[in-house]
Amino acid sequence: MKIGLLVVKEIKRRKLNFSLGLLSVIFAVASVTGALTMLKIHDINSDKLISGKEKETRERLAVLQDDYRKITKKLGFNLLILPEDQNLSDLYADDFAAKLMPESYVDSLANSRSIFIRHLLPSLQEKMIWPEKHRTIILTGIRGEVPFLHKNPKEPIIQAVPKGTIVLGYELHKSMQIKEGDKVTLKGDIFTVRKCNEARGNKDDITVWIALDEAQKILNKEGKINAIQALKCHCAGNSLAAVRDEVHSVLPGTQVIEKGSKVLMRAEARDRAAREALEAIEAEKNHRKSMRKEQEHFASILVPVVLFGSGIWIAFLFIGNVRERKSEIGILRAVGVKEWKIMKLFLLKAVIIGVLGAIAGYFAGLGTGGILGGQFTLKIFDINLLLIVLIFAPILALMAAYVPATIAARQNPANVLREE
Amino acid sequence: MEGKSDCMIEINNVTKTYTKGNAKVKALDNVSISAAKGEFVVVKGSSGCGKTTLLLIAGGLLQPDSGSIKINSQEINKLSQENLAEFRADNIGFVFQQYHLIPYLSILENVNIPSLAHQTNNTEARAIELIEDLGLKRRMLHTPAELSAGEKQRTALARALLYDPAVILADEITGNLDEKNALIVLEKLTEYTNSGGTVLLVTHDDKVIKFADRVVELKAEE
Ligand SMILES: Nc1ncnc2c1ncn2[C@@H]1O[C@H](COP(=O)(O)OP(=O)(O)OP(=O)(O)O)[C@@H](O)[C@H]1O
Ligand SMILES: [Mg+2]
Repeated sequence: MKIGLLVVKEIKRRKLNFSLGLLSVIFAVASVTGALTMLKIHDINSDKLISGKEKETRERLAVLQDDYRKITKKLGFNLLILPEDQNLSDLYADDFAAKLMPESYVDSLANSRSIFIRHLLPSLQEKMIWPEKHRTIILTGIRGEVPFLHKNPKEPIIQAVPKGTIVLGYELHKSMQIKEGDKVTLKGDIFTVRKCNEARGNKDDITVWIALDEAQKILNKEGKINAIQALKCHCAGNSLAAVRDEVHSVLPGTQVIEKGSKVLMRAEARDRAAREALEAIEAEKNHRKSMRKEQEHFASILVPVVLFGSGIWIAFLFIGNVRERKSEIGILRAVGVKEWKIMKLFLLKAVIIGVLGAIAGYFAGLGTGGILGGQFTLKIFDINLLLIVLIFAPILALMAAYVPATIAARQNPANVLREE
Repeated sequence: MEGKSDCMIEINNVTKTYTKGNAKVKALDNVSISAAKGEFVVVKGSSGCGKTTLLLIAGGLLQPDSGSIKINSQEINKLSQENLAEFRADNIGFVFQQYHLIPYLSILENVNIPSLAHQTNNTEARAIELIEDLGLKRRMLHTPAELSAGEKQRTALARALLYDPAVILADEITGNLDEKNALIVLEKLTEYTNSGGTVLLVTHDDKVIKFADRVVELKAEE
């Protein structure tokens, strides 16, 4: 006769004792598996969430990048070509350049085989008092766009102001109640109001535009300009230096500055957006991390408590089982069964409880964890965890059954056999 | 001496005192009993005189305070627990008044139980033979709970006989049995002694005496 038969028959006979032990292991294993499954689901969700956010951010940055590229292509940099001796502090303080350079510079530039520069706009500006109206204005003479001779001139982006006409900034026409078509006198010359500009919220609102040569005449600066605006430059990458070199090679006595352009603002906005997105992802990561810590903490308390409780419970069940089987143990000893084999009778039962409990508990825990974690995919199945519980649940049951099994083996058979 | 080699059970000057709290109960005082090979010895005594105690000591399940026990030429109180278990498995069969059958095993499995203590455990044929011999064939696959007292005791006897031990120690085995069953059991024991087995049976039942080769009186201690 094999001892296994005895164990199996005893289990079949005393189903309650066995079931209670089994339930205890199932509960312990399910708690551990459930807790770990929830942690795993947390990790899966975190990864999905974070990688989703990262992808979204990458896409958004790509869109921004693309915008930036398109805008750069379309607008390029806004450059201002100024006389070399123009003090930039004065330029920013006075809102216009006061130093002069020959108007012929524009033509030199236009005739050069420039790679980068498009749309040249020469201008002459001076802050003055409008004698007839007693107003401070910025008188701006513009010539319209000077086409590059070697390139196909497209539609000029800024229309020139025809001779004898005037364009007024918002502040001026509004306060003086001037309408388009009215006639105004500036330094004795009569101009027809061609356009009243919308409010722009900058110095343009007190600017007066007339034809360049008329402005030169009024200001007694024939053949002079202050600045050349270069728009829509096709820049070699973002390199302003290349543009500067090119301009200097044609016009040695000038300086080139970049005007605050939309492009720059966009670029800055893009960087800011990227930074904010990355910060948001980092914050999310930290949040998920602290959530995981909390869950870990909970599990780290729950798991030992459950294991300990389950172990005690199994130990008591085995002590009950040993008591119940006193007579059986007595007769086994009487027929010459050795002590260790008596122990084996109980330890084998513990292993069976451990293995069955591990399998049932693992799937119960997986199910519970999956339901509580709100995820039920194959990803939460962890073969390693199954193997671990398959090893440790029987060990737990063995440890719990060890003392009762020892008590059984050491039991004095005489006591029970003497009973009548 | 011829008698010495023939002596299967040799209990010499055995004393046993139980201690329960402060109270001491002397169960056996300097008791000596022997049984030769093939002998059916009945130890007779009133209730509480230490019969069961004597039997447990003879089978090595209880340690005496003093004295020695030799079974089949082996001084058993000098054996280690391990060796004593092996010795018991090979040489001694027990039959108790309370049968001590394992409730979740069938009669066949119960009879086969001693095979747990042996390396060779192809004893099922022998078990069936004993079961048939003791008239339990129809009960073979039943559990002890379904059996009568006599059937239970016959099962216990079959279990004791499974490995054909040198000695059978029997404690009040007819105590719960009717005439018919008592007869079956005692005749089986006689058959066993006739084929060379030695029986030490303790009882207060006078019916047993006619089966005995020798009767020993055990007096209660005061
Ligand atoms: N564990 C024990 N502790 C104290 N006293 C005990 C113990 N076991 C037995 N005794 C006492 O020892 C004496 C002998 O007991 P034992 O069981 O050997 O007697 P017995 O002859 O078998 O009696 P019975 O005929 O009733 O079976 C009795 O007085 C009993 O009360
Ligand atoms: Mg007794």
